Amino acid sequence: MTDTASKPGQTEVWITGIGLATSLGEGLDANWAALSEKRINVDEKRFAPYIVHPLMPVSFDSQIPKKGDQRQMEAWQRIGTYAAGLALDSAGIKGNKDILSKIDMVVAAGGGERDLNVDTGVLTAEAKGANAPGFLNERLMSDLRPTLFLAQLSNLLAGNIAIVHGLGGTSRTFMGEEVAGADAARIALARIASGESDIALVGGSHNGERKDLLVLYEFGDFNLKDKFAPVWARKDHAGFALGSAGAFLVLESKAHAQARGAKPFARLTSVVADLARRKQPGDMAATLEQLWAKLPRREGKGAIISGATGAEPATSEEHSFLKGHADFPVRSTGTMFGHTMETQFPLGIALAALSISRGALFPPNDSTGTEIEMQGAPSQIVVVGAGHWRGEGMALVEAVG
Amino acid sequence: MTAPRDKLGRPVVVVTGMGIMTSLGAGKADNWAKLLAGESGIRTITRFPVDGLKTTMAGTVDFVSVDPFSSTGLSERMAELVTEEALEQAGIGAKADFPGPLFLAVAPVEVEWPQRRELGRAVGAPDFTYDDLLRISGGGKYSSYHHRFMFGSVAAHLAETFGTKGSPISLSTACASGATSIQLGVEAIRRGETDAALCVATDGTVNPEALVRFSLLSALSTQNDPPQAASRPFSKNRDGFVMAEGAGALVLESYEAATARGAKILGVIAGCGELTDSFHRTRSSPDGKPIIGCMNKTLADAGMTPDQIDHINAHGTATPENDKMEFNTTSAVFGELAQKIPVTSNKSMVGHTISAAGAVEAIFSLLTLEHQRIPPTINYETPDPTILFNVVGNTARDARVTAVMSNSFGFGGQNASLILTREPV
Repeated sequence: MTDTASKPGQTEVWITGIGLATSLGEGLDANWAALSEKRINVDEKRFAPYIVHPLMPVSFDSQIPKKGDQRQMEAWQRIGTYAAGLALDSAGIKGNKDILSKIDMVVAAGGGERDLNVDTGVLTAEAKGANAPGFLNERLMSDLRPTLFLAQLSNLLAGNIAIVHGLGGTSRTFMGEEVAGADAARIALARIASGESDIALVGGSHNGERKDLLVLYEFGDFNLKDKFAPVWARKDHAGFALGSAGAFLVLESKAHAQARGAKPFARLTSVVADLARRKQPGDMAATLEQLWAKLPRREGKGAIISGATGAEPATSEEHSFLKGHADFPVRSTGTMFGHTMETQFPLGIALAALSISRGALFPPNDSTGTEIEMQGAPSQIVVVGAGHWRGEGMALVEAVG
Repeated sequence: MTAPRDKLGRPVVVVTGMGIMTSLGAGKADNWAKLLAGESGIRTITRFPVDGLKTTMAGTVDFVSVDPFSSTGLSERMAELVTEEALEQAGIGAKADFPGPLFLAVAPVEVEWPQRRELGRAVGAPDFTYDDLLRISGGGKYSSYHHRFMFGSVAAHLAETFGTKGSPISLSTACASGATSIQLGVEAIRRGETDAALCVATDGTVNPEALVRFSLLSALSTQNDPPQAASRPFSKNRDGFVMAEGAGALVLESYEAATARGAKILGVIAGCGELTDSFHRTRSSPDGKPIIGCMNKTLADAGMTPDQIDHINAHGTATPENDKMEFNTTSAVFGELAQKIPVTSNKSMVGHTISAAGAVEAIFSLLTLEHQRIPPTINYETPDPTILFNVVGNTARDARVTAVMSNSFGFGGQNASLILTREPV
């Protein structure tokens, strides 16, 4: 098990910036308002029978002023570059060359956004008999846009963020679906807590409105079909509804934040992650229990923000783990935002920090009784991220005390 | 060796196991012998038809079989084999019980053409849309494709096979990925989170679309005939890099843990550094500042000065821009020493192993330290008169080597450097 908890003598790490662009809207107020009003944005028609949570349209120009830059990206990169800009704004460091020249970036990314016309064109031509040895080569050489590769490369989300926002520190991209988001936060936290780094931009982005992704997850029958239901109410109709979202955080040592007069949303105390073998029923729940035990929770009101996907058996395993911690009211980001894959964990941390800073957990939105009302302000929120297939992560976000 | 801690008070990180595979062959012994002999692993591609391609050669690993074949499957198999070699040498832990985390540099994963074509055939009609592909993808027939094309699948497989601890990290910093995997391991040990780390880098992505993608960016050499002469780092007539496959694995340990168990120490990772270039998606900032900064950070991390580096294992891709930029930036950091320090590019022989390159070249650097012999840069017939490196051209050279700088620069502004030494500094 790998864990990153602030140890005695290690510096406290604050969340000083949050950037959100999601299916519920752009920015903290819009997302908070939608959560408070239990508004969910699902599209059951465009990809029917598959359900997605589409991005609430944003004006990319405001964070990505050059059209040339926008053209060099596909949607997932534009969403992320946009949300990263919001996070830098939120932290008050946008355009601050001194800080941006040293900021450490850890991005959780997928990639591979494809040109469906090219793919379909090749396959239908082959179905009609095109079988010359060089057919695929020739079509790809003539039909692929040269810049598409850069829009597909995983590390080019970070690359675009660096170019558009002028980040000149370091840049690492983690892949590996849901847990990549937890590992990105884990490594950034560890580096700041140990003094290797002062400030980091951490997050991810996902475009859920992609048929190539629907195909990939349909291979495993993971897509939610026909009818939307809250995550906890999908047991007999399992699956996830892909969501579009960008979620970025600015993490900063307390000393660095104080020196520039930055106010924290919350403190990121600990991030832990593991890889359950998931061979037997209960394996994953046991791993979640072990991760829970490693979090340095304190006395005081707590809550859980879960990234449960709705896919089985992972969601039922997580549900059984949650039942053992019923004193922590649960909220599901999967219900509200859909499944945003690598982005789900940073999104969970963002909502935990936002809830703590606003002195309330957002209301439940669930028909099964898994989510219950919470009175008063949470002082600690545990973010749970269990992948639909592999990988488990957990974070403890606390009020700055 | 005496000091278990470096000048900055951090645990010294040593290498106790290495495994390698390139187009030259499997294992350290075979690779090293061929590297010293100046052999090229570049050959005409036979894995798939090359008709219609501008570049028809690559450094493929054709001696490893994977069934059903996929680039990700090949990456995984190579990673497994090099890890076995590294663990056998290190003699650490127990079978399937490695006492530390895994950091894996791996090419981004995506559904590949053989599988996409299988879907196309399964539709069973001459005219169809993408929706028809989607319609037939479910039902369990292709569930193995889901597992294969998860980004985290290679790391999950390695973690389960070798029993690494915790959440394995899959990373990409493009052509610097291999160096980043080592850096993550070094940092974890320095922070005291673990006594050991398994750092693996693998790339098996010589497939038609990958070749076309680099080709469309005009990054690849088109000097197809003879293929062995295509990769010409630092030469006037260089015209691009040659795609290649390979993998490298390193067992890192704290000096203290390694000596406590009596392990043979193969070398020291004395310094790591990285710096982002925000100038352009594929080109370096013309002033070279990010690369200069990267090398300087690495020297500072190692607590060393340029005069203490006596060999540079260059990124040396053989693209016109890279090699020139690398000389200019190295000169900015090393001054006149840049023309004296012996420099070589392993890519002249093994090609550019992309995601694996940083680890593959770190291993070759460590072998250079061990054998006190620098492998050549082959195809160095017409030196570029503007690149005044002391290139180890065409034949291997004996040299006193105590510290090597290994550089990796990648798309997306990724720069990473390592300093490897024989003894703690």
